[in-house]
Formats: sequence, structure tokens, C-alpha cells
Amino acid sequence: MNFADEIFELRELQRLEGHADRVWGLAWKPATGADGVPAVLASCSGDKTVRVWEQSPLTGSFQCKAVLEETHNRTVRSCAWSPSGKLLATASFDATTAIWEDIGGDFACISTLEGHENEVKSVSWNASGSLLATCGRDKSVWIWEVLPHNEFDCVSVLQGHTQDVKMVQWHPTMDILFSCSYDNTIKIWAEDGDNDDWHCVQTLNESNSGHTSTVWALSFNATGDKMVSCSDDLTIKIWGSDIMRMQSGDGNAPWKHLSTLSGYHDRTIFSVHWSRDGIIASGAADDAIRLFVESEDHLVDGPSYKLLLKKEKAHEMDVNAVQWSSMEVNRRLASASDDGTVKIWEFAASSAHKKLQL
Amino acid sequence: MTLGLINANPVVHAKKERVARNDDSHAEDAVDPLEIYDYVRDIRDPEHPYSLEQLSVLSEESITVDEKLGRILITFTPTIQHCSMATVIGLCLREKLKDCFPPHFKVDIKVAPGSHANEESVNKQLNDKERVAAALENPNLRQLVDECLYSSEL
Repeated sequence: MNFADEIFELRELQRLEGHADRVWGLAWKPATGADGVPAVLASCSGDKTVRVWEQSPLTGSFQCKAVLEETHNRTVRSCAWSPSGKLLATASFDATTAIWEDIGGDFACISTLEGHENEVKSVSWNASGSLLATCGRDKSVWIWEVLPHNEFDCVSVLQGHTQDVKMVQWHPTMDILFSCSYDNTIKIWAEDGDNDDWHCVQTLNESNSGHTSTVWALSFNATGDKMVSCSDDLTIKIWGSDIMRMQSGDGNAPWKHLSTLSGYHDRTIFSVHWSRDGIIASGAADDAIRLFVESEDHLVDGPSYKLLLKKEKAHEMDVNAVQWSSMEVNRRLASASDDGTVKIWEFAASSAHKKLQL
Repeated sequence: MTLGLINANPVVHAKKERVARNDDSHAEDAVDPLEIYDYVRDIRDPEHPYSLEQLSVLSEESITVDEKLGRILITFTPTIQHCSMATVIGLCLREKLKDCFPPHFKVDIKVAPGSHANEESVNKQLNDKERVAAALENPNLRQLVDECLYSSEL
């Protein structure tokens, strides 16, 4: 996609109100939003509930379809749909992770994962939906196996981070787990063989050009050979790995720092998400959403990135989460904020300002 | 658990005379550092029956406001270098001030430079909003914070 010849804008489509406290996270439901299937989005909040929003095929606007309540008794910090969209996992400060199933429009909590000593901060499903990962303030990362009849078995408790773990994210194609933490590092975990022996295979810290303060989030590009991370150190970093080596099971395909985007943010960056067509969105504590793309100027020592657009005052308060909808059509972005709302945006060329082709 | 108080003999100062504040040149929603100070000066110390002002933990100079950027910085001085109550004081400040300003204002809380042995690590905790939110949901901490905020109203 050529971003050079046009001027783009992020247009607000809708503002979803309903949560009674800050919205911490959100997740687009996979396989929705195209082919006649209405788009669905889940959001989670300090009000201890999760809301599921569905777009009306008639009007195009999102309505709240369900409120998942009376299960978590503290903030719900993160939510994630299984790859099939059949299950929704919700991670809470109450130290549990709940698994919900949509049974004919009603969501029922079919399982509760316990084990963390205190607040669970993030939950992520692997690409096949066979594994789930969680992390929390107890500095640990847990891997759970998804078994038949809604059973979940803990297969590993990973220690290594020296502080609160903020987010876990599985690689988009391989069973390699990434975690980022208040200890300023990103850790990469892989299984040794096939015997549930998970261990840390790499740590990205200051010595490999890593972050110098809390790393809040990370996201992968579509091919899985690049990763973007964001931090309280006010930078966004791009990392890359040799995907062929990774896939060959070499076991030694280290991630390397490729680029640091600094000077664009002056407050903590809480969320980053890489779209399927290469746009990196960031959500920060200055209430703004920024979009970055790889620059066409290929430098000798690696790719460089440029700011495509900055949406100031995207929300009235901190932006806690941004996520591109996975459907290619209508590039849509959802954002969640301390202001208690979720916003739906459309990213498109600003037709009124299209540059003349000379 | 430590037995006894962290700082058994704090230095207590007289309360500064209160000046009646007039709503003269300020716009309705202007953020006045002295008004903020009035709001927090009487918060009770977590360990002693004195206010943060009396213990010189806070003073008028503690509050700086950048109205253009929408930023508020509060700097406080724990009574001793190894004060383990520093994070509780930070929580009290945030909770007391939470609905005081227009929503876009950002509040940063720090210990005065050189006033704490683990200055960097305390400041990091005080400004991690996820940690602050979780701490305020913890019933024990919540109770302690409420005592500090509301006992001064008696």
C-alpha cells in the first residue's frame, strides 16, 4: 500500500458509551465484519464488566449486545477472543481469568482459571486456539492447555521477569510466547521439544537497545517477522527476526532491534497494534492516537518509520488500547479510554485533499 | 510486617495560617495550585495524627500547574529517607484529587529529589496508573487511604 501520494485521516465513526469506569482493553471478534457477518467487539473495564458490541447490518452502528457481569469482582483488565471466536477470555485484577461462551446470544462463564497470586493483567490465545497465556503482578507468566469439554490445564508457570508483567502475546503463526514487563524487558518463551518444557529463550533489555522503562504492549506484523513494542520511556521500538530460521525450528532465531521511534510521544504509550497492511497504531496517555508506517526511504542499515498521522484529543483522557479490525475492508480501528468510552474509527484517504498527480 | 512506626518521632510544624482565597481573575475552570494545596494539605499522615502540611510533607511549593499543557506536578517530602509509606501518601493524593480537574489534566506525583533512598523506584510506582488503580481496589490499602482522607474532616 502506497502511503506517499495521499493525505489520510482517521474519521470517528461512533462513540460507544455504557461502561461506568475507564475502559482498559478491547478485542475485535475474529471472522466478523465481512461476508455478511456483523462486526463484533468486546471491551473490558474498571467497572468489573465486559461489554460485547455488535454492528447492526441495517444502520451500521454498534449496539451493546451483552454485558458480562457478576463474575469478576475487580477491574477486568484484558479480553481476548479465541481464534474461532467461540470463546472469550477475560483477565481481572481479582486474580482470575474467566472463559465465556456465547450460547445463543447469552454469554455464560464456562470456566475460571485460578492460580495467579494477584492481579492478572493480560490474556492471549495462540494461533490455533490450543493454548492460552496469562500474566500478572506476581511476575509470572502462565501457559494453559485448552482441553475438550471446556477444561483448561496449567502446563507451565514461567518465572523470569523481576517485576509485574503487563502483557503476553503469542506469535501470530508459531507457538512462541512474548511477554513485556514493568522490569523494562521483553521476554521470549519457547517449548523445548514437545514436553511442556517452556523456558525463556531470549530477553530484550537495555543492552540490546531495549526499553528503559516499563514496556506496556507489543504487536506483530502480518508475516510475524517484525514486532513493535511501546513503553513508558516514550518510545516505540521495532524488532525483527529471521522468519525462515524460526520456522525451520532452528531454535536460534534471535530478535534484533531494528528501529526506535522517539520524539513523537511525550507521555506513556499504553498500546500499539500493527495492522495487516502495515500501519502501526499507538494509543497514549496524551489522549492521542498516532499512526506510523514504514518509510519508503530505505536506509542502508534497516527500515525506518514515519508518522503518518496524529489524532490529537482522540479521547478526553488517556488512550489505553488500540486495535485494528482484522478485516481488510474498511480499515477500522477501535480505541478504549480512561474517559469510559470506546471509539470506532475509519482510516481512509482524505478525498478532499487528494494531491494532484503531476 | 514492621513492628511499631516507621518514623516514631516526626518533626511537627505549626499549621500555616490559611488565607481566604478570592475568585478574582481566574476563569471558572482555571486550575489554581493554591486551591489544590488547600485540598490536600489536611490529608492525614498514614502513621501519625498530623496532617501532611504539619509534617512538612507538603507545602505550597509542592504543587505546580502548567495550564496550557494541562499538567499538574505534586512533589512531596517523606519524613524520612526510607519511608515505606511514600506510596500510600501518593495514593492518598491521587484519590483526593481524582475529580478535581478537567478530565484531560494529567497528574504526576514525585518525591522531592534526594528525599528518599529509592527515589526512582518510588516515583515509578507512584506514576504507574495500573498499579495505582489496583492498589485502590485492595481493601486494606483502601481503608488506610480512606482513614487518611476522612479523619481530617472530623
